[in-house]
Amino acid sequence: MAYRVTINGETRDIDAPEDMPLLWVLRNELGMTGTKFGCGIGMCGACTVHVDGVATRSCALPVGSIGERQISTIEHLSQSPVGAALQQVWLDEDVMQCGYCQAGQLMNATALLTSNPNPSQEEIENSMRGNICRCACYKRINSAIAKVAAEGPSNA
Amino acid sequence: MRNSETLAGGPQLGRRSFLKASAVAGGGLALSMSIPIASRAMAQGGPAELNAFITIHPDNTITIIGKNPEIGQGIKTMLPMLIAEELDADWDSISILQGDTDAAKYGLQLAGGSFATPMNWMPMRQTGAAARAMLIQAAALRWGVDPASLRTEPNLVVDPASGRSATYGELASEAATVAVPDPATLTLKDAADFRIIGRPIGGIDSPKIVRGEPIFGVDTQLPGMIYAAYERSRVFGAKLVSANLDAAKAAPGVIDAFVVEGNGNAEELVDGVAILASNWWLANKAREKLEINWDNGEWADHSTARYAETARELMAAGEPQEVFATKGDVDGALASAAQVLEAEYHYPFLAHVPMEPMNCTALLREDGIMEMWAPSQTPQGGLQAVAGYLGVAPDKVIVHITRMGGGFGRRLTNDYMVQVAAIAKQVPGTPVQLIWSREDDVRTDFYRPAGWHKLRAGLDEAGELVSWDDHFITFDIGGGAFNPAVMSAEEFPAKYVSNLRYAQTKMRTAVPMGALRAPTSNAMAFVMQSFLDEVAHAAGKDLPTLLLQIVEGEQAEPTTMGFAGPQVGFDPGRLRAVTHKVLEMAKWGQPVADGHALGFGYYYSHQGYFAEVVEVSLSDRNQVEVHNVWTAGDVGSQIINPYGAMNQAEGAIIDGLGQALSLAVEIEGGATKQSNFHNYQLPRMPMVPQIHVEFVLSDNPPTGLGEPALPPVIPALTNALFALTGKRVRSLPIDTSLFA
Repeated sequence: MAYRVTINGETRDIDAPEDMPLLWVLRNELGMTGTKFGCGIGMCGACTVHVDGVATRSCALPVGSIGERQISTIEHLSQSPVGAALQQVWLDEDVMQCGYCQAGQLMNATALLTSNPNPSQEEIENSMRGNICRCACYKRINSAIAKVAAEGPSNA
Repeated sequence: MRNSETLAGGPQLGRRSFLKASAVAGGGLALSMSIPIASRAMAQGGPAELNAFITIHPDNTITIIGKNPEIGQGIKTMLPMLIAEELDADWDSISILQGDTDAAKYGLQLAGGSFATPMNWMPMRQTGAAARAMLIQAAALRWGVDPASLRTEPNLVVDPASGRSATYGELASEAATVAVPDPATLTLKDAADFRIIGRPIGGIDSPKIVRGEPIFGVDTQLPGMIYAAYERSRVFGAKLVSANLDAAKAAPGVIDAFVVEGNGNAEELVDGVAILASNWWLANKAREKLEINWDNGEWADHSTARYAETARELMAAGEPQEVFATKGDVDGALASAAQVLEAEYHYPFLAHVPMEPMNCTALLREDGIMEMWAPSQTPQGGLQAVAGYLGVAPDKVIVHITRMGGGFGRRLTNDYMVQVAAIAKQVPGTPVQLIWSREDDVRTDFYRPAGWHKLRAGLDEAGELVSWDDHFITFDIGGGAFNPAVMSAEEFPAKYVSNLRYAQTKMRTAVPMGALRAPTSNAMAFVMQSFLDEVAHAAGKDLPTLLLQIVEGEQAEPTTMGFAGPQVGFDPGRLRAVTHKVLEMAKWGQPVADGHALGFGYYYSHQGYFAEVVEVSLSDRNQVEVHNVWTAGDVGSQIINPYGAMNQAEGAIIDGLGQALSLAVEIEGGATKQSNFHNYQLPRMPMVPQIHVEFVLSDNPPTGLGEPALPPVIPALTNALFALTGKRVRSLPIDTSLFA
């Protein structure tokens, strides 16, 4: 099946079965490997992208269901002020160890702070609980999000 | 003895190592440090490669090779820090390249055992110091002065007498032509003069990671690359009898499917069917269409329930196969003891589940070379295994080391490398990327071995520990380079008890096992520190008091030759120091919040001493809530990168808590029951406690941090639960119905 999907502001023509998850369209059809495969069942969050700004598990999103909705991925994250601020604090605070889950963590954190610029500690924890970090950098992920929330994206 | 300068400093470069292009540091370990003689091209203004690790460019930028595989432990940043320090380099001028697999050039390339720090602390610094000496020598020749009169600032040689200076970039070509110094003549910096070591430095690849740039093994892309999925039996030890591939071959996107015959070594290649497709999801989906007949042999009725039942029978029978450590008269001392404690402990199989699923990319080139892009903790071992499987010389296999999305010991075993080589061999000229699903990863891991212990301890009238006995029920897992299903004859407190017996009985199994972060220690710490806590309570004291009494007046063991070279012997003084430190940090002995309790655990592993205190409470539904973890660790004289060190310690602590609270792999019908993160539930952000880490610096060479913070947090947690509830956790993961 042929699909026309808007990814990071660009129109992409895709020829794939309708049930192929967006994750595998991105990685193997389009060569966009920033979005990561972790579990394939929506349990780890490594494959998180934004669909019309909403954090969504791309491993469980069939390409045939996307329609007119806008897809945004980690490769495009720096275009968002919140995303760019989080990327910088991620580096300043040396958040990561292996880094494999971090694209998903950043995408989810960006969606959180975009919709809720001043989350409580509990809101951060609950919003991020869908993202596994096997290296367990949770303390640092949490404090990096809190820092951007406290300082605002432009000051980070 | 351990204060001998050479031994205390850890392994060093041999005297003539640079010129002879290789050296053997001790313990059978080849630590080759070549310095290629600079070519004419370099002398004429090109970049100068001063040795295998350092290239100084005319524009005064520096490239340093990161030789070891990066799994998130921070080694690609840390080893170059050691070189850069002694080179007196400007860190901001440095880029780091990942070295390919090359034992002759780089020596051992391994991510495991927390070995990289002790093995490289001196050699990497000496490598940097040699390059610095060559730059100084070049400047001295240029200016006609004594090299001893010159000094360096970052990337700059300075002549204090005249005030002139030259950048490393300006001097590089000339430096490449001067004689390479003997490492023994090099003076290394005093710690007080460090500019890079001890400074928190962020991961060198982190900027690429936050931008989503390709950097992990599974991000490898080659022109014309196709994808492979591999179907193997879920029953361990099964053999493929026959397969009908027609339906799979006809599935959308599938290019080919074929049977792959195993080589009889589960650590390399098991029977299976490879499916190749234009997209991995299509290859993986086509597995549903396979019709395969497996011969399960004798293994299909194996289960963890059966192992547990057998283990209980063996413990009750009390006739071990083998006594592997004995001292005094353990039975006599138990018979005459004032108090005898007896308990059975158990821990389960565990999976590694690094976030990046197993994968590897391979291309059989026209020139017959198998070129591979491998996320492997042991790429040299993987190269050998692939060459052996293919029946070719090792120089017919090239292995590029990719960054890994975690390792935890899973990638010490290179089965996925041999698997993709076996597949790529069938499609010469076409690059193939093999990816495992998460289900493949959970179901076909090399698991942390389960184990059972029947322990007995005897106390005399004064409450002193006089007898210590353990019957360990484990598995016979055959060969392999490292056997994780063992227990050390020196397992604490063996050396300090006058009547001792360590015995074991092994059960047969086909379940594959391997090293999980802090192998053996991640299990033994729970068993031994919990049972010692039982002893302490029976003697009317707390565990730290008991430990300090056990080692009271004991002296440090001598330095010995270990895998990583000279290894400073166990030092009870360091145990004492971390114990006192953590008790002070946690305000041990002072009142805690209502409904909360503290527990203590200590463990020595991978040359690191860690004492930890956990503060715990139970929710209304008897769920365990961890509030605080205090950790005091001694890994020597220097924390090289405080960022990496804190990250490793915090991660290891949460990893250990996760194991204790919820993780187990169960075997049913000869296969793994768990399959993905819904039934193998890793820690998530809301469970993370406050973690307080302090390092106790001691006058010892720095050692690794990937592992030793993990083991003691498990008994610290279960001992805290005992303090809170009076219920003793003797089996992992913690069954909260115990507290109902």
